[in-house]
Amino acid sequence: MGSDRDDGVSRRKVLECMTWAGTGVLWTISGGVPHSLGIMGEAQAQEAKSLTFLQLSDSHVGFDKPANPNALGTLEEAIVKVNALPQRPAFAIHTGDISHLSTAQQFDDADRIISQSRLDVHYVPGEHDFLDPDQTFYKDRYGRGTKGAGWYSFDASGVHFIGLVNVVNLKAGGLGDLGADQLEWLEDDVKHLSASTPVVVFAHIPLWTIYPDWGWGTDDAAQALAYLKRFGSVTVLNGHIHQVMQKVEGNVTFHTARSTAFPQPAPGQGPSPGPMKVPDEQLRTMLGIANVTFKQNDQRLAIIDTPLKV
Amino acid sequence: MAISNTVRSALIAAALGAATATALAAVVIPTSAQNAAPAGGVSIDNFTFTPASLTVKAGTTVTWTNRDDIPHGIASSDNAFKKSKALDTDDNYSFTFTTPGTYQYFCYIHPHMVGTIVVEAATGSSATQ
Repeated sequence: MGSDRDDGVSRRKVLECMTWAGTGVLWTISGGVPHSLGIMGEAQAQEAKSLTFLQLSDSHVGFDKPANPNALGTLEEAIVKVNALPQRPAFAIHTGDISHLSTAQQFDDADRIISQSRLDVHYVPGEHDFLDPDQTFYKDRYGRGTKGAGWYSFDASGVHFIGLVNVVNLKAGGLGDLGADQLEWLEDDVKHLSASTPVVVFAHIPLWTIYPDWGWGTDDAAQALAYLKRFGSVTVLNGHIHQVMQKVEGNVTFHTARSTAFPQPAPGQGPSPGPMKVPDEQLRTMLGIANVTFKQNDQRLAIIDTPLKV
Repeated sequence: MAISNTVRSALIAAALGAATATALAAVVIPTSAQNAAPAGGVSIDNFTFTPASLTVKAGTTVTWTNRDDIPHGIASSDNAFKKSKALDTDDNYSFTFTTPGTYQYFCYIHPHMVGTIVVEAATGSSATQ
């Protein structure tokens, strides 16, 4: 660990990050493990070899109900915050529900706003992105070169990123689903990696069971995680539940990001997992983004969840 | 089998039963509901099908109406009937069940939501509604 005066992000800058109000999660990966910069004890000066990326989630462009009559507007506010970040992310991931109803107009609007970040964005779909009758819009727009319904992997700064799809071919009475084909691909995809490779998995529906009564889990996630067991650093980033939640289990850190569109109740704390209407002045405190920073030789990625408004 | 998107029955409102007063306040009861003989309605409220099990006579057109601020979709659990498009708020979907049997269905967007339509022979004597 270097001192606060190292070339990377200084403690002061990290503090600036933390006061930034936006809609996403800022992730830092350093030395193998992503962690939330929200944990100040670990948000120490970063070495030169680090990677920071942004997580956007659940934009629901087109949503206009009382819980937020202007979801496109709050997405735009989020992107303004992204552009004001003291440390520019290397790229972004979007963990699904880009649109509310999968119309061409909604995807166009989302692209128009998100592209103002001038970041490369790696998408995975949410269930709201496959509602067009032929289920082709998502794959045509975001899934070029991906497998199946849109899964893929890529490498950045020594970190292996895996985007998974758990929102298609859902079974009656079930939860999110990865399916045999995708699991087989995943097993093969990570086979060649050394166990010291930091792995970041991102998908829309949580890959840990948060609240099955509301469908907040993925039926065959355990199989996927079994393939990742041997890795020293695994970070699982999800959306879908429109609130921040985190769990650490062994070498695996699970984290969900806020939505940029509308909040949902805490598990079981409302009549349904649907949009939660809060007083207008509270809305932006419940929307947000995340930044993730990876630092060499660190066990966990640093994640900063930042609301649109503090 | 025929599909009608136009049939809306006042039974939809009845099906809401003891749902919350606020939900009821939002219910629109069409004044020109068609006289398409025996009809059935399933309301989707708070990610729940109400009633969870609906029993109708063969030939009945069942209409699902989405009262949530989130889209839902109707699909047969074993492809026994045609699935709906995604239903936005207040959209509905109708299907006419002509063959007696028990039809399990679910929301293909939120699959933990499940329901059942029981279709009885039209000539049966048991009153079900």
